[in-house]
Amino acid sequence: MRIPLFRGKIRWGLLPLALLLSSLLFAACGGNPSILNPAGPVAQEEANLFWFILGVATFVFVVVEGILIWSIIRFRERPGMPTPRQIHGNTTLEIVWTVAPSIFLFVVLVFTIRTMFQVDTIPTGGQQLEVTAVGHQWWWEFDYPTQKIITADDLVVPTGTVVHVKLYSNNVIHSFWVPNLTGKTDVVPGHDNEKWFSVDKPGTYHGQCAEYCGLQHANMAFNVIALPPDQFATWVSGQQQAAANNPQYARGLALFKSKGCTACHGIVGVNLNDFNTQPQTLVGPNLTHFGSRDLIAGGVLKNTPENLAKWLHDPQAVKPGNDMPNLGLSQSEINDLVAYLESLK
Amino acid sequence: MATSTIVERPALVRQKRFSETYIGQWLTTTDHKKIGIMYMVTAFFFFVVGGLEALLIRTQLALPDGKVLDPQTYNEIFTMHGTTMIFLFVMPMFTGLGNYVVPLMIGARDMAFPRLNAFGYWIVLFGGLFLQSSFLFHAAPDGGWFAYAPLTECGVQGVNCIPATPSINMDFWALGVLLLGISSIAGALNFVVTIFKLRAPGMTINRMPLFVWMTLVTSFLLLFALPSLTAASGLLLLDRHLGTHFYQAAFNGDPLLWQHLFWSFGHPEVYILILPAFGIVSEVLPVFSRKPIFGYTFVAWSGVAIGFLSFTVWAHHMFAVGLPVVAQAFFATSTTLIAIPTAVKIFNWLATLYGGKLSFKTPMLFALGFVAMFLIGGLNGVALAIVPFDYQVTDSYFVIAHLHYVLFGGAVFAIFAAIFYWFPKMTGRLLNERLGQIQFWLMLIGVNVTFFPMHILGLLGMPRRIYTYAPDLGWNELNLLETVGAFIIAAAILVFLFNFVTSLRQGQPAGSDPWDAFTLEWDTASPPEPYNFKTIPVVRSRRPFYDKKNPETADWKVAVH
Repeated sequence: MRIPLFRGKIRWGLLPLALLLSSLLFAACGGNPSILNPAGPVAQEEANLFWFILGVATFVFVVVEGILIWSIIRFRERPGMPTPRQIHGNTTLEIVWTVAPSIFLFVVLVFTIRTMFQVDTIPTGGQQLEVTAVGHQWWWEFDYPTQKIITADDLVVPTGTVVHVKLYSNNVIHSFWVPNLTGKTDVVPGHDNEKWFSVDKPGTYHGQCAEYCGLQHANMAFNVIALPPDQFATWVSGQQQAAANNPQYARGLALFKSKGCTACHGIVGVNLNDFNTQPQTLVGPNLTHFGSRDLIAGGVLKNTPENLAKWLHDPQAVKPGNDMPNLGLSQSEINDLVAYLESLK
Repeated sequence: MATSTIVERPALVRQKRFSETYIGQWLTTTDHKKIGIMYMVTAFFFFVVGGLEALLIRTQLALPDGKVLDPQTYNEIFTMHGTTMIFLFVMPMFTGLGNYVVPLMIGARDMAFPRLNAFGYWIVLFGGLFLQSSFLFHAAPDGGWFAYAPLTECGVQGVNCIPATPSINMDFWALGVLLLGISSIAGALNFVVTIFKLRAPGMTINRMPLFVWMTLVTSFLLLFALPSLTAASGLLLLDRHLGTHFYQAAFNGDPLLWQHLFWSFGHPEVYILILPAFGIVSEVLPVFSRKPIFGYTFVAWSGVAIGFLSFTVWAHHMFAVGLPVVAQAFFATSTTLIAIPTAVKIFNWLATLYGGKLSFKTPMLFALGFVAMFLIGGLNGVALAIVPFDYQVTDSYFVIAHLHYVLFGGAVFAIFAAIFYWFPKMTGRLLNERLGQIQFWLMLIGVNVTFFPMHILGLLGMPRRIYTYAPDLGWNELNLLETVGAFIIAAAILVFLFNFVTSLRQGQPAGSDPWDAFTLEWDTASPPEPYNFKTIPVVRSRRPFYDKKNPETADWKVAVH
């Protein structure tokens, strides 16, 4: 036939391959939340499986598409070609190509189940940290029951430690995902799911809700911040303190109390005695050490005075549909509140 | 002689009944061919609607911090895109094709229950319009096409959550899928009875064309899978309106009940969307290779095996919800198993090409494109069965890549193969070849440019169902590329629409058998008379029309089946 089909087929066959290889190289480096750039043993196991299945799939892809393209070229209709032999089948061949993929798939399955038991079994012994990740609409709260700390948007952990995460939601289903560190586990109301991960090297890793949870599902991110154990200990003791009460920021503190912030937010030393007694009615993030956090507003914004001012000015413009109302603050009130909140290191 | 006057009575002009007018013929028809065409035209209309929704999605995501759609609209659009494409495009399209082709293929004069058949069509039309009308009320469903509870119902009785749907949005969805379910059950029953009871003399089960086989398996899947969806949506409506708590953990209900019910419908559903495509490809490849299908029995029974296994794999959609490890191992195994009959099909299609005389008419191009694309959808599907890897890529763009290679590279390519293949039978005219080739290449390029980068975005950590993303996550270039690809696909569809409209009036006359085909639907006029066949044919092999045209080398003389 005159159609340049086979040439196109080959070009087409090479296109995804070239794309695949170049972009995987691209994916494996850089600071992206890439699963191919693992920073801990769980993500490492999961990435290893990817490279394994990529190898298997590429082999099958090349063989099958190769046969397809070869058949298209070899058996294309040409002038004077006789009627082909009318072959109806061959049982031996059928058995061969039933058994061959079965063996392939069996090998894949063995690796799957072996790795699954590894990453699903929470290791005992060694350094351990217990954290409860609470999924809200639409931000993450992190409770450290042993250390008696509550924080939000940033999950701070020590390196080389088994972080044992309990997952809790009383609203809808969320999913806890830090691509560089661990795959997803859903946060299901009424189910006590838990998972673990461990971080090899200090750094900041992007995490995000991965189960559609409503209007602002897209803006439900968090950071995992891995610190060396000694710095983590310092961080913990800092977080355990009540909020600083610096008279320099008294105006901001007064606004915090008078503008209704305390209806939803708790600050230890202001409207809370300690982290243990936070009542359920406080539906917003605990702000005791707000100034020490990297992210605010469910991970939408970096924690800078400008961003906080933008948020306080009109939270609904930044993140439509979230629970925080526009309080109608004046510019000077916003400045005072920003100064106060950012001082809460 | 007395004269008597004969009163001249005016000649009776009988009023044309409504059912005899052109419009009336369509509106009141019970002819399977007319109903089939109405199904297909309706499905294609919804394909265009769903496609426009897809273009909106891709436009919003073309650049980071997109401002084309607000979050509520985006969530409605992606929900309706999935719902429309699955329930209002692919399913009715296959029902329509089956309606048109199956009775002709088995030598029947109509479906077994013609009026039930018409009922099924009208329910699809009104169910579809009902669902889409939600946009007019600013209440389009926004809970995703799998409508996970409790997001789709909270707000009832003080459960502490912001529902996806404070108003009636998800009621449109639940009632819409209930309606469409009624239609599918009616259609499926009709196919089962037609195929079992109305085959021409000599057409044993083992001589049925493979498209008929796959329609039969699909019909059984519908009959056994849909009740689960019906139950799930019914309970959802009860929770939403009558204060029950089936899915609410706070009242000892369970959100995972929804997921189990939904996916025990949802996974057979995936095969409902692809088995007829397997059937189409198994018809088209042999005709354009000038050979019988290789390994008929294995192609047919692997379809049955897929049908059975499809009921055992549902929880692979739920690997991340925290099921016990042993249960996950079971579902990983069943999911791996289902890849075996699928592989067998692909090998048989390749063997059908082997030693053939391949003619690359448009139906053949789409069928070959199907094999090439579906293979990718199969391979990344196996990757998703690898549970620990699935933890990473489930609910990411990797899954979007997978399902679009299966549903677009698979089902849609097969649908276009079918349209180009059977259009001459339905209209008596051929679609334009050159335009068909242009459309094929645009689609092949478009599909790969749109959906291949989604694999990589998934690996780069991009979750699905996000209306926006930050510019510093490394996702910008690939998203833009995908949007370009989506518009290439749109161009291909425009080429098709142009081709369709012009060929309908000016297409080359096709005759009754333009492809020198093998099966009975080509052994009658194009388009066929309402009664299909003057005399019911007698069947002696799997290729009755081939036998008739080649009496010397008829299948029944040289091969026993």
